Amino acid sequence: MKLNEAAENVLKVIDSYGFKEQGAYNLRLNGMAVCHGDSRHIRIVKKEDKPGIDIFISGEAKDEQVHIPVVMSESGMKDVVYNDFYIEDGADVTIIAGCGIHNDGCSESRHDGIHAFHIGKDANVKYIENHYAEGNGTGGKVLNPVTKIYVGENSIFTLETTQIKGVDSTERETFIELAKGAKLFVTEKLMTHADQSAISNMDVQLNGENSSARIVSRSVAKGTSRQVFHPRAVGNNLCHAHVQCDSIIMDEAEISSIPEINAKHVDAQIVHEAAIGRINDEQLTKLRTFGMSEEEAEAVIIETFLN
Amino acid sequence: MLQVEHLSYDVSEEGRQSEILSDVSFSVADGEMLVITGPNGGGKSTLAKLLMGINRQTAGRILLNGEDITDMSINERAKAGMGFAFQQPPRFKGMTVRRLLTLAAGRQLSEDECCSLLSSVGLCAMEYIDREADATLSGGEMKRIEIATVLAKHHDICIFDEPEAGIDLWSFSMLIKRFEKIHKAKKESLILISHQERIIQMADRIMVISDGKVESIGEAAKIMPQLFGQETESCTCRQQKGGELCEA
Repeated sequence: MKLNEAAENVLKVIDSYGFKEQGAYNLRLNGMAVCHGDSRHIRIVKKEDKPGIDIFISGEAKDEQVHIPVVMSESGMKDVVYNDFYIEDGADVTIIAGCGIHNDGCSESRHDGIHAFHIGKDANVKYIENHYAEGNGTGGKVLNPVTKIYVGENSIFTLETTQIKGVDSTERETFIELAKGAKLFVTEKLMTHADQSAISNMDVQLNGENSSARIVSRSVAKGTSRQVFHPRAVGNNLCHAHVQCDSIIMDEAEISSIPEINAKHVDAQIVHEAAIGRINDEQLTKLRTFGMSEEEAEAVIIETFLN
Repeated sequence: MLQVEHLSYDVSEEGRQSEILSDVSFSVADGEMLVITGPNGGGKSTLAKLLMGINRQTAGRILLNGEDITDMSINERAKAGMGFAFQQPPRFKGMTVRRLLTLAAGRQLSEDECCSLLSSVGLCAMEYIDREADATLSGGEMKRIEIATVLAKHHDICIFDEPEAGIDLWSFSMLIKRFEKIHKAKKESLILISHQERIIQMADRIMVISDGKVESIGEAAKIMPQLFGQETESCTCRQQKGGELCEA
């Protein structure tokens, strides 16, 4: 599949593992699935009733990858896609998703990815989602993902979301349910600049006995950008959860961090931490004693903070 | 060679000028170890920060290898050959110890080089190399990593502000050995701010700073007796001598 240069560049950024037309994959370009492949244990089926795909992952899949990137290189597109994952007991899989927009025009490009994960028992699923946008046009670049994750007994779900550059507006809705013994690890990284805005709402229901969740959110807001985080952990059983939101604020940006913890069981242990602050002067000074300029030191601090 | 000429530092508080350092002059020769000591609040750390450009002097000049660095920024002084270990080093969320050492060295360090640096400050390298230099490390651990960052590359002159603070005895002995090795090699000049007798004993020369002024400066052999003599003269407590208590 030959892509134009802009689409190729965007794809490289969002699929850091390296997209290849090998194994299980599906590339969606400007609202159309342009290429796809199955592997022995992973089957991708186009939906009949609406745009999107169903991904069936067998319990035989061990240490396998699925790549399902979305690239939008035409200005003015509004793409809504529904992807449903059915992951059998015992599967061990990494799913590399994400959306990249290249918009050189004056019309808004928008992608709403609506994903649902149905995960059996004893599975290990890692979901990596990178969002990125670029282009010299005045048209907005908008991404509004909705993610629903149902984690089965004793399964582990690792969610890594990253939005570092270029997305003008994002509203992320995430809903997660954890069954008995299920473990959730979430790392959310976000950087906004200029007049961008980002809202992230996450609702984690710890339903099963001994379920656990660790949610880490790190963000940097520059320019006049606005960010709102609202992670919510609800303990409905004997469970552990830790929510940590750290943000660096710069220029005239604004950040609201609203971690919410809600216990509905006497053995629910839920902790939250939230901090917002400017770049630490002592860190800057320390790096400058290594010979870095103030700008270089600032870039290193942001890069490592979001690492 | 470092030359410090008539360095002064004033601060303004509620409209009133207060003098933190006054007319401080001294020099440090190539390969020399100068230990700066003196009472708390006397201006030692302020002097160290003025040398590195972290604070700016009100008056005076600083020359490094004959070049006037008085108006240079922190990073320009670092590039000119100065290294600095903070008394209370900052922590970095998301920064691994390996990355911090690499940034300090200004080049990619091999795993062996990182391990060697950490071992030299008494840290078990494999345990720390991929840990984050954040609040999960104790004060003593962070302090030793701070010293390792300065040792990560060659400097013409290294300034260590109370390197012994917060370090356990075993690591302190290793640190002393490391300073002795640097001193013996005579390739780097050292300025150590310290209250520790073992560090003071290592000095070629000692400078005592008190009330923002140089109280005395000279060969270690000359200053040591004055220093510890003063302490005992001013002390009226009772000390143990030969199994008997006597007035000090």
